[in-house]
Amino acid sequence: MTILSLSKALNEGMRKAMEDDPKVLIMGEDVGKLGGVFRVTDGLQKDFGEDRVIDTPLAESGIIGTAIGLALRGYRPVCEIQFDGFVFPAADQIITQLAKMPMRSLGAIKLPVVVRIPCGGGIGAVEHHSESPEAYFTHTAGLRVVACSNPADAYTMIQQAIRCDDPVIFFEPKRRYWEKADIDTADTGWWTPLDKGKVVRPGTDATLIAYGPMVKTCLEAAKAAEDDGRSLEVIDLRSLNPLDTPLVMDSVRRTGRAVVVHEAPVNSGFGAELAARITEQCFYHLEAPVLRVGGFSTPYPPSKLEEHYLPDLDRVLDGVDRSFGF
Amino acid sequence: MTADASRGAAAPPELVQLLTPEGERVEHPDYDIDLKPEEVRSLYRDLVLVRRIDLEAVALQRQGELGIWASLLGQEAAQIGSGRALTDADMAFPTYREHGVAWCRDVDPVKLLGLFRGVNHGGWDPKEHNFHLYTIVIGSQTLHAVGYAMGVQRDDAPSATIAYFGDGATSQGDVNESFIWASVFNAPIVFFCQNNQWAISEPLEKQTRIPLYRRASGFGFPGIRVDGNDVFACLAVTRQALKNAREGQGPTLIEAYTYRMGAHTTTDDPTRYRVASELEAWKLKDPIERVKSYLFKNELADQAFFDSVEAEADQLGADLRRRCLAMPDPGPLDIFDHVYAEPHPLIDEERAQFAAYLEGFEQR
Repeated sequence: MTILSLSKALNEGMRKAMEDDPKVLIMGEDVGKLGGVFRVTDGLQKDFGEDRVIDTPLAESGIIGTAIGLALRGYRPVCEIQFDGFVFPAADQIITQLAKMPMRSLGAIKLPVVVRIPCGGGIGAVEHHSESPEAYFTHTAGLRVVACSNPADAYTMIQQAIRCDDPVIFFEPKRRYWEKADIDTADTGWWTPLDKGKVVRPGTDATLIAYGPMVKTCLEAAKAAEDDGRSLEVIDLRSLNPLDTPLVMDSVRRTGRAVVVHEAPVNSGFGAELAARITEQCFYHLEAPVLRVGGFSTPYPPSKLEEHYLPDLDRVLDGVDRSFGF
Repeated sequence: MTADASRGAAAPPELVQLLTPEGERVEHPDYDIDLKPEEVRSLYRDLVLVRRIDLEAVALQRQGELGIWASLLGQEAAQIGSGRALTDADMAFPTYREHGVAWCRDVDPVKLLGLFRGVNHGGWDPKEHNFHLYTIVIGSQTLHAVGYAMGVQRDDAPSATIAYFGDGATSQGDVNESFIWASVFNAPIVFFCQNNQWAISEPLEKQTRIPLYRRASGFGFPGIRVDGNDVFACLAVTRQALKNAREGQGPTLIEAYTYRMGAHTTTDDPTRYRVASELEAWKLKDPIERVKSYLFKNELADQAFFDSVEAEADQLGADLRRRCLAMPDPGPLDIFDHVYAEPHPLIDEERAQFAAYLEGFEQR
C-alpha cells in the first residue's frame, strides 16, 4: 500500500503505462521539466526522455491534431490540456477528427488518444480556469468521457484509459488533486472496469448521483443527512459516456428518488441526460421528479463568488429536501 | 496589393519550371530531372487517366449518381508530379480533391466515390496505401500529417510524410500550427500547397498579401514555388523536398502554382465570381497538353501510343461508371458500426432497438 495524492496517483498511473508500453507518450504545455502546472507529469520527462514526454508549442489544436497523427503511426498519446477553459481551441480536432475518424475509416483506424483535462472550480482561479465542459464531449459520439473523483480511481482509470483503443476524454477534479489515499499499487484485482460506476455509499431513501469533484461533496452531504435520519445512497458515475445505466437504475428503483449533482450549469448539463433516462426507465418507481443541483445558467463567476455558484453540502441537502417535498 | 496575385497567363517570378506550356524543356539552376522516355509516357498516361476519372465522376454527379464531386481539373500535374515522387513507405495526407494522388497510391478509383455517393465517409484502409482518408474540414489533416511525421521520427524510419492542402487552407489556424510544430520538431514532412487561385469564390488576395511559399521563411524552413501545371517540375521539387525530409533536414513548403479549371465542387457556379478570360488564359497552360507536345516534338511517342492511352481512359471511365452503379447501398444498421473500437452499451442498445423497430415494419 502506498499513500498517494490524486495528482501523484495519476503520475504513478502514467508512469506504469509508460513502463508497460513504449508507445505511450505524454504531450502538452509545460509537461516536461515543470511537470505540468499541477505537477501531474512531474519527473516523467527526466525518466522517459523528451521524445516520450513532449513539451509542445502553446496551441491546443496542435496538441490534439498531432496526437491523432502519432496515434495513426501506432503511438498512444496522453495529452494534457492545461485547464478546462483552454480546451476549446482543440474542440475542432476533438469533435470533427478524433471522435469521427475511426468511423470514417470503417474501423481500419483506431485512435487510442487520452485527453486529460483538469476541470471544475473551487481553487480561487481567474476566468477560464474553473469550468466543467463535460457535456460538450458527452454529446459527441465516438468519444468516451470519464471523470475520476479520488486517488485510487485516478490511479486505475488513467491506466485503463491509456489502454483503451478509443479516444478518452479524462476529467480530473483539480481541487481534489491534493487529497490523499492509501492505494494498493501491487495488485489489480480490486480495479473496477473503466466504463462502470460505483455505489460509494449505500443508502435507502434517495440516490445522489455525481462524478468528479462533486462525489466528495455528496458523500459529506450523505453523512450530514444521516443525522437527520435520512439514508442517502451516493453513486460515483466515473464514466459519463458510456453511462453505467444498470447501476443507476437499480439504485433509483430501490430508493425512489434521484438528485443529480454537478458543477456544470444545470441547463443542458449532463444531469438532463440522467434525468431523462431515469424518468424513462424508473417512471413507476419514482416518488419525486429527478432533481438537479448544479451551477447556475451563467458563465462561471469571479472567484469571490464561486462558493455561491458551486453546489456545496447545503445546496445538495436542499435538493434532497426538495425531492422529499413531493 | 500583392506583387504577384495575378492569375492570368503571365508566369509569376521565382517559379520553378522544367517544361514550358509549349512543351519545351527548360533548365533551372537548382532543380533538374532526368526522365527516360517510358517514364515520361507513364506520367502522360497518369495525367490522362486521372483527368478521365474526374470527368466520369463529374458526369456521374450530373446524372444523380453522386451527391457531389470535387473536381481536380487543371491540377493533374501538381498531383501526379508530387504523388509519383513518393516512395511506398512515404505517407500522404490528402484534402478531398487529391484523386490524382490517390491514383498514385493505388487506391481503387471507385473507392473514392463512396464518400461522394453517400455510402460511407471514406472507404479505404489508409495503412494499406499509405494514403490517409479524405479530410473535409479545411486544414485539419496538416496537423495529423505532422504528428505522423513525428512518429516516423521516433521510429527512426527512413520515410517522409506529405500533407496536401489548398490556398484557402493557409488561413486556417491548424495549418499555421502545423508549420510551427513541423519547424520546432524538425519533422520529416513536405507541405504541398496547391494554390489553385480560388477558395470557392474567394480569390487568393483574400487569403494573403504575400506569395504563399514565402510564408515558410517566417516559420523557419524553406518555401518553393513550382509551376503546378508542370509535372516534371512538381516531380523534381517534391522528390528533393522528400529526400531532404528523410535525411533529417526538416520540412519544406511547396507552393504548386496552378489553377482550378472547374468549379469548386459540382454545386458551385464560378461564372458568378470569375471572368471567362482567366480560364482561357490558363487553358493555354494545360498540364497535359504540354507533356503531349513534348512527347510529340521529341518523337518519344507515336500516335498509336496516344490512341492506346485514350482507349485505356475510355475503358477506365466505363469501368468506373459500371462499378459506381453497382456499389451496394449500406444497410440501416450500418449507422452503428465502427463508432467505437471497443464495446459500447449505448450503441448496442440503440442498434437493437432500431433493428426491432425496423422488423416491426417487415411483419406488418
